[in-house]
Amino acid sequence: MKDLPTQPRDLDGNPVTPGLPMAMLAEITHRCPLACPYCSNPVELTRAAQEMPAEDWARIFREAADLGVLQVHISGGEPGARRDLAQIVASARDAGLYVNLITSGIGITRARLEELDQAGVDHVQLSLQGIRPDMADRISGHPGSWDKKMGFAGWVAEIGFPLTINAVVHRQNMERLPDMIALAETLGARRIEVATVQFHGWADLNRKALMPTREQAAFARQVVNDARTRLRGRLVIDYVPADHHAVYPKACMGGWGSTGLNVGPDGTVLPCHAAGSITWMRFENARDRPLSDIWHLSESFNAFRGTEWMPEPCRSCDRKTLDFGGCRCQAMAIAGDARATDPVCSKSPLHAQVVARAESDAATDTTADTAELIYRRMKKTRELQG
Amino acid sequence: MEPLIRPDDIPYLPRGVRLQQDRVRGIRVLQAPERAMQLDAIGDAILSELDGQRSMAAITGDLAARYNAPPEQIAGDIRDFLTGLIERRMVFLKPFEIDAEDHP
Repeated sequence: MKDLPTQPRDLDGNPVTPGLPMAMLAEITHRCPLACPYCSNPVELTRAAQEMPAEDWARIFREAADLGVLQVHISGGEPGARRDLAQIVASARDAGLYVNLITSGIGITRARLEELDQAGVDHVQLSLQGIRPDMADRISGHPGSWDKKMGFAGWVAEIGFPLTINAVVHRQNMERLPDMIALAETLGARRIEVATVQFHGWADLNRKALMPTREQAAFARQVVNDARTRLRGRLVIDYVPADHHAVYPKACMGGWGSTGLNVGPDGTVLPCHAAGSITWMRFENARDRPLSDIWHLSESFNAFRGTEWMPEPCRSCDRKTLDFGGCRCQAMAIAGDARATDPVCSKSPLHAQVVARAESDAATDTTADTAELIYRRMKKTRELQG
Repeated sequence: MEPLIRPDDIPYLPRGVRLQQDRVRGIRVLQAPERAMQLDAIGDAILSELDGQRSMAAITGDLAARYNAPPEQIAGDIRDFLTGLIERRMVFLKPFEIDAEDHP
């Protein structure tokens, strides 16, 4: 195993100063009963046999808390696919972390939810794929998902967990956003996260079905603004807009390697859940090295820290410490260069091309019923071997 | 418009919101769903008073006495601070309830 560098330096060798992480995303499994065509997991999914045991997670949570992490988001895949989920949750609480469970609600019974309550889950985030059975089941690729989710939401309320609804919006459902917000209220949620599909990985394979139109993006923004005013003090709304239609890119992770880290099912530590798409980058594993060393010294976490690595037009841009040049994974995917200005930025030379492609994808004439969706599924073992 | 917080209201931290020490950074933080907020000494002092028992008026009186400050000023500080947290659903209010046994 290659030694880590002894000093934190960006990919050009400039010295950088790492801060401390606040949050850790723990993707404890990639297994999931749903098959959403915009899944944020990598296209190459980690198989069950590669998943770390609960003991490794317990050690990593302790290392994370020592490093400064305050909150852990236990996610997947579907975290409920692991039978030892309650043990994993309890070890995170024992480490002093605030535990946020991110779930599809499928496969967690009422009895298990009570067990998770005992184990110390602080907050539950439930994903919804639609506001009615037809859309929810169609997008999730899981017949019956809607009924199970509504049952789960009822148990969450009865037990008394604070609830956030995670709603991913795209061309097939954006018009129903007001109904989704109303549904979150009905379910007693304190928060709703409205996130426009990010076109990486699986979602990129489904661009023609999912890319919102410019009018939809403007509509969603208006709906969110109105609802924030109307529901102040009742429902908190966090919103990730459609960045293909924006003037400036979203701030990548609040700054690469600045506030968060992601640990995958097999212990791979990534600066962001999509970072594996930067194919030349070498990632460390939390089973091999202390998390603190990975955070402070690894090439992957230091690569894009600071602003010295930036090329033009970012280097001379007054927004470089606001959006950090945008999303590195999007730069990799569209420009073929992870250090390029995020091509969704209006200052990027590729911007016109990005907009033209987004508008062409958005003009694809499909409805939720007719759209051909490539569902997120794990390859069968036989296919892998063959 | 009716003020958001009345003197009889009892403010409290709901489930899922925790006041705690950040031992690595040496600061006090308020943890809530997808939020961790750094607190200054005043914010920490106010939130430490929320026991789910005492009303705004009682908390104001106690803090005014402890810091030897005018109650109107303390009341304004508390109201401004808590209003922001109530809007973000990090603090809840229990309305003052008349005990049925005392008022048959």
